[in-house]
Amino acid sequence: MMIYLTALATGAMFGAGLVVSGMTDPANIQGFLDVTGAWRPHLALVMIAAIAVALPFFQWVLPRLSKPVYGASFLAPLSTAIDQRLVLGAAIFGIGWGVSGLCPGPAIAGIAYLEPQIFGFLAAMLIGMRLADRLLSPSAKA
Amino acid sequence: MIATSIFGGLLIGLASVCLMLFAGRIAGISSIVYRAIFQLKFESWALTFVIGLVLGPLLVAALNGPAAPVFDLAWWQVALGGLLVGFGSRLGSGCTSGHGVCGISRGSARSVVATLTFMVTGVITVFIMGMVL
Repeated sequence: MMIYLTALATGAMFGAGLVVSGMTDPANIQGFLDVTGAWRPHLALVMIAAIAVALPFFQWVLPRLSKPVYGASFLAPLSTAIDQRLVLGAAIFGIGWGVSGLCPGPAIAGIAYLEPQIFGFLAAMLIGMRLADRLLSPSAKA
Repeated sequence: MIATSIFGGLLIGLASVCLMLFAGRIAGISSIVYRAIFQLKFESWALTFVIGLVLGPLLVAALNGPAAPVFDLAWWQVALGGLLVGFGSRLGSGCTSGHGVCGISRGSARSVVATLTFMVTGVITVFIMGMVL
């Protein structure tokens, strides 16, 4: 039960952060990526601030803990391989991010606006995920 | 603009810390959405996180007044962007949050490479769109 409440509360905090920081506005994202045009660099601060909070925790606090407050164990990605799949996937992701000014977090948070384009984006995103599954299966599953 | 960017970023960082500290999970939104939709049987907490992700903005709107951004993308941008973001995040095992915030904070070389890669292709994409459109 507590894991659900934790997920709900942290999801809400994350979603509030996305709105407050301006990440849910596609024009801000595209402005941030438009380094040769009307660059809006302030979104870099969002990432820097988030890392400034998360990095000390992951580096110095987490290694001293044996298990989460609610739940059996800490789960983190095991893979350390920097392979074609990672780079190609990230490259494709970046193109989609630039084309639309949206990524998964802001798109989900954007449901709150009941904006048709958000629902269109999410539907396309889920199809894209399934296409990747089809391409990857059955050899490699993340 | 600067203050709200920093404050929003702090909230995102704190949420990522709390999800790991209390639930033991990485706040990678693309994976969480994937689980909430396609693997709910195994990771049912993911759906409550997604619900929270929608409630957060509503909470901000309730406190601050509604301030929905203007969505004036062309529909081809919506469709192509969504398709590529979904495909790429699944293939590359993460997105802006999982690689860009949590992964970098964990000191994962994979995430540093992924983040630099999607930043570069994002910049190139916006540059090309600026030339063509």
